[in-house]
Amino acid sequence: MIKLFSLKQQKKDEVAVGGSHAGKSKPTAAQLRLTKDLNELQLPKTCKTEFPDPNNLLKFKLIINPDEGYYVGGEFTFSFTVGLSYPHEAPKVKCETRVYHPNIDLEGNVCLNILREDWKPVLTINSVIYGIQYLFLEPNPEDPLNKEAAEVLSTNKRQFSQNVVRSMRGGYVGSVYFERCLK
Amino acid sequence: MEVDDCDDGARWSGRWNHLQKILERNGPFVHPDFEPSPDILDFMLNSCKVLVVGAGGLGCELLKDLSLMGLRHIHVIDMDTIDLSNLNRQFLFRQCDIGKPKAEVAASFINKRVKGSKTFSHFCRIQDHDSSFYKQFHIVVCGLDSIVARRWINGMLISLLEYDEDGNLDPSSLIPLVDGGTEGFKGNARVILPGMNACMDCTLDLYPPQVNFPMCTIAHTPRQPEHCIEYVKIFQWEKEKPFGDIAIDGDDPDHIKWICKAASTRADEYGIQGVNYRLTQGVIKRIIPAVASTNAVIAAACANEVFKLATSCSIPLNNYMVFNDTNGVYTYTFEAERNEQCLACNNTPRNLSFKPDALLREVVDFLCQDNSLQMKSPGLTTTIEGLNKTLYMKNIPSLEAATRPNLSKSLKDLGIVDGQEVIVADVTTPNSLRFKIKFNDDVTSS
Repeated sequence: MIKLFSLKQQKKDEVAVGGSHAGKSKPTAAQLRLTKDLNELQLPKTCKTEFPDPNNLLKFKLIINPDEGYYVGGEFTFSFTVGLSYPHEAPKVKCETRVYHPNIDLEGNVCLNILREDWKPVLTINSVIYGIQYLFLEPNPEDPLNKEAAEVLSTNKRQFSQNVVRSMRGGYVGSVYFERCLK
Repeated sequence: MEVDDCDDGARWSGRWNHLQKILERNGPFVHPDFEPSPDILDFMLNSCKVLVVGAGGLGCELLKDLSLMGLRHIHVIDMDTIDLSNLNRQFLFRQCDIGKPKAEVAASFINKRVKGSKTFSHFCRIQDHDSSFYKQFHIVVCGLDSIVARRWINGMLISLLEYDEDGNLDPSSLIPLVDGGTEGFKGNARVILPGMNACMDCTLDLYPPQVNFPMCTIAHTPRQPEHCIEYVKIFQWEKEKPFGDIAIDGDDPDHIKWICKAASTRADEYGIQGVNYRLTQGVIKRIIPAVASTNAVIAAACANEVFKLATSCSIPLNNYMVFNDTNGVYTYTFEAERNEQCLACNNTPRNLSFKPDALLREVVDFLCQDNSLQMKSPGLTTTIEGLNKTLYMKNIPSLEAATRPNLSKSLKDLGIVDGQEVIVADVTTPNSLRFKIKFNDDVTSS
């Protein structure tokens, strides 16, 4: 143990008057971690990222072009918002492309366990991106956000596949209109 | 030596007798380095500056304990105003204070009640002050309900640490942090000596994770009233925009009423009971019920640690005490260990000397060529005037293209100042490294 106050009983006031440099320029733990996450990002070839403001790494877009599975040929954009409490809290992810998918609703909410109940600080932006890619390869009817799509997927895979293609070409599935998102 | 000061009405015979007995005599349980002296009491009364962060449940207790104990130069910072629901335990506030800033009302109450106290209030966010403010204190005590705020204070105190050429900590740059936290009948008190023992970020996994319900449960298989409230919060608010395109304000009764009504409708559909205004506000604001006696116990433990640190009369808590009186009374103290990988404290910045007109490319080349670094593809970011700036990111094509022109700019033109901290990430190290750019006119590298 050091004896804290033998050293500095008087000097505090002098210091306080002294320098105030580089005051608000302290890096946050979130920024330290995010710089690391992004510098080491290893994207699958179906994914790319875009930063609307290159100085703001906390907000970016992920663009996925699945090369197999039901969604082959489509292009889907997700927005990522990383908060200051990252990595204590998961990044917020929304799907900006309207998609016919059991785990993504029409407002763009994404049902991915590691984004909510199973998030852990050891996970990275890379883990989230792989999780999202996996949703396109293996849509999961057990955890539905879009209940109608989930029901079709579990009862009639052919019909589901046709619905996906119809939605990606641009058109109606049931009463819902989907914008074209084929590349 | 005469220890009573000259403030009018603040001196009466024997006021500090109890402290003098401890501070002016030796004993078998004192700190090994303790030397009894009247100077210590003088330091406590007249020099020691303490910052209390938060003027809520813990903050009121702390202000009362510390000022009655003889610490008279206390600053208190809180961004909140007083709400009716605070009054049962935040005893420095009265009904007529509702709506006023907590810090201001608390400080003026203490100054009026405790003779000789000079408590200053700061009605603002902790982030509104910079290092020159935090530097003036001998000890910081936190009574917060937010992990983000705790980590911010922790990071601030770590950033104030100074090291000599050999990397040894300058002890006079160290400001101890005493942190209290309560949650219902549970609480904890801890002593953080930044740079010396486990910091807030070292033990981040000790904090309970935020309760998040699976999205599909909320959407399709709600079973609890909380699920219904979360549903309205996540899905309906954004879709229906009842008050226009604004975020939910947990303190706006109209917002809570609307959410409560919508959640009740949904609960009825699923035959779920228990949605009411109180629960709704609790879920939206993530309120954890507060127990006044827990606050009192934890604040007392924290105040005791402040006293020990301020006077060195006894060995401080090492370093984490948990308290739980849900069933019986249970306490346990353990030594939280430093995390070798901690982003906040095990990462002292290394100095790099460059000329102000050196190009960013020279810095990148140095990081790759220096024998002790040998980086492969470093990514560099920094913070200028509170705003993040990406200096160079090689790995992400869109960012590389956007930041490539920076390589040909001088450090000065990029807005980098002497002493600027730069974050560097590279595959060769498990965490980002921090570097301090020191401007130097003679040498190119350290």
